[in-house]
Amino acid sequence: MTVNKSKDGSKGINWKMLVGTNIVPILFIVLSAVAIPIAGYSGTYIVREIVTRLGRNTFLVLALLIPVMAGMGINFGLALGAYAGQISMILITDWKIGGPAGMFLAMLISTPISILLGGFAGFLLNRAKGREMITSYILGFFMLGIYQAVVLFAMGPVIPISDPSLFISRGFGIRSSIELGGVRGSFDRLLDNILGVSIQIAGIQIPVFSLLLIAVLCLLIIWFRKTKFGQEIRAVGQDMGVSATAGINVDRTRIISMIISTVLAGYGQLIYLQNIGTMSVYSGADTVALFAAAALLVGGATVNKAGIPSVILGTALFHMLFIVMPAASNRAFGSAVMSEYFRSIISYSAVTLALILNAWNRHKDKERARFGNRANN
Amino acid sequence: MTKVNQFISKVGWSRPILGMFLIVLFIICPLVGIKIDFAITNTIGRFAMYIVLVLSLVPMIQTGCGLNFGIPIGIVCGVFGAVLSVEFRLAGPLGLAVAMLIGAALGVLVGFLYGLILNKVKGDEMIISTYVGMAFIAFMNLFWVKLLPVTNPILVMGYGGQGLRTSVTLEENWAGVLDNFLSFKIGDIIEIPTGLILFGVFCCILMWLFFKTKLGTAMTAVGSNPEYARASGIDINKMRLISVVISTAVAAVGIICYAQSYTFLQMYNASNSFTFVTVAAILIGGAAIKKASITNVLIGAFLFQGIVTIGPMVVSAQLGDIADVVRLIVSNGTILYALTRKERA
Repeated sequence: MTVNKSKDGSKGINWKMLVGTNIVPILFIVLSAVAIPIAGYSGTYIVREIVTRLGRNTFLVLALLIPVMAGMGINFGLALGAYAGQISMILITDWKIGGPAGMFLAMLISTPISILLGGFAGFLLNRAKGREMITSYILGFFMLGIYQAVVLFAMGPVIPISDPSLFISRGFGIRSSIELGGVRGSFDRLLDNILGVSIQIAGIQIPVFSLLLIAVLCLLIIWFRKTKFGQEIRAVGQDMGVSATAGINVDRTRIISMIISTVLAGYGQLIYLQNIGTMSVYSGADTVALFAAAALLVGGATVNKAGIPSVILGTALFHMLFIVMPAASNRAFGSAVMSEYFRSIISYSAVTLALILNAWNRHKDKERARFGNRANN
Repeated sequence: MTKVNQFISKVGWSRPILGMFLIVLFIICPLVGIKIDFAITNTIGRFAMYIVLVLSLVPMIQTGCGLNFGIPIGIVCGVFGAVLSVEFRLAGPLGLAVAMLIGAALGVLVGFLYGLILNKVKGDEMIISTYVGMAFIAFMNLFWVKLLPVTNPILVMGYGGQGLRTSVTLEENWAGVLDNFLSFKIGDIIEIPTGLILFGVFCCILMWLFFKTKLGTAMTAVGSNPEYARASGIDINKMRLISVVISTAVAAVGIICYAQSYTFLQMYNASNSFTFVTVAAILIGGAAIKKASITNVLIGAFLFQGIVTIGPMVVSAQLGDIADVVRLIVSNGTILYALTRKERA
């Protein structure tokens, strides 16, 4: 009976699976289609905002790809890299090194911190196989505590900071918000500053160098997948047991994946900060993983399969909703307070829905395999 | 010496060490200028506030659904019950009872849906419950700010008159109803919230009795050995569903116990702040990801609340605003330890 049923419904199931696996992107496209006309923004405005946000956020989203390849799911501990980036940003602000040189120096400083943190994360996740996502999520908050302790208590007494205007009134510990005047836009407008003209297409400012960095990273990831090590990571992601018997050092591979992800997240946060131009020292970084994960999942990626198209599509789509939904809700409900709530609803429900559907599909596959075996027997 | 060894092998190192640490903290208090009475009354008060909330984690742990990072779901249900009770202008024990009943009833309903989701995602419960909780809070925020037609001025935002306040005072309704029941003072400062402790212990006993029944035993079997449970004809999904429903309903009651003692009802994202502290508390009490007892609840609530109440007090006498940092590190450090340790068979 069961076999017959599944044969009859096979066409329907395929169609359902197609929609089922892409339900999150479909939902978000429908939502945008409804929200854009209500919001009433001009096309130029929306495109300009999306271009800015692509330059600002895509690097961070790309940082999620390698752990997904390694079968570790979404790295909800992406904030670890962000903390490394923020610490180096505080240091270069204190040293008053601005411009592209300051940014490159910050990247240089963030790298060893990220490697250390990423290595630690990898070590922990190897002890929590099968529940990597929740562990990295908790690790993000644990590190938030450590990061706050460093910035609030060690900066001044232990880590020398010379600029007293960075401190809170008691004379040590960093203020909750600092201006990044020295590096603001120094990557976005690097080419503009060299050429002495503002680079625009149809009145839309293009952050050329940031986009260039993102493109280079995309190419690097495509190349990396084809290297021997990239293949090993994918093998580990497919099946840890088989990879181990094939002579791959599974634990080491997973640790390196986390290190790569964390280092990239550090760079990504620096790019993000130079675009924003101010840094809220104590809050903000904890939502890095949420927004990046939401963008990736909205782009149609799953917990075990994610590609560069999903990153770019997802980032554009997610941030478009971020732009238009508050305005649309204001127009529709006539209330300004709602916009913040709408933003959190969008991001949390995107991640929740995608996670549930992923786990559900895997669960169904497992059941199918079980019943399949039973039928064969 | 052998007795000490036996004791250690039974309860592990962490709890005696943390217990010792707490005692050291109490001893340090007078040295840094904090009255020890003040420290004791704070610890006991906060312990009592958290008993039922921490207890709510037990059923889901027992059936193998893991640590309930979706505890805000139950908490929001409780808050909803409390809001209705205040809106109806109910006061005293009646108001408290109505709040608990509505909260628990809603908890059963929402918990059922939540349980259906968790049954579809076995193996990923913890990360998914985290995000389901977050999404639920986000949706309810919209509900609080816009959709709920409340009229009681205690509830409604001061100006503009739309949406609920971020924190609602319960002074005129049922603040301290449980706290003040049979409460007594030791000295000038130490005040024991007898009623709240009794209620918490009463809930613990009910839970303990429940896990002695046939249904309770079946639920424990599902968590400790699912294959065996399946073989003995236990409906695993049903048991898990029941545990999620109970956990959610108890969390709803728990937040009302908390709120009547705190005298404020915290709305919006505040529900979120209970996740890590309750989960960390039960783990410090000796629970594992798939095993928890009532003793774990009581010891954990006391040790954890003691450390995060007194610890920052002692340090902040010297250093200032360290309380949040300590809480973040201690609670998440504990959870990390539990997630990454090798499970004992």
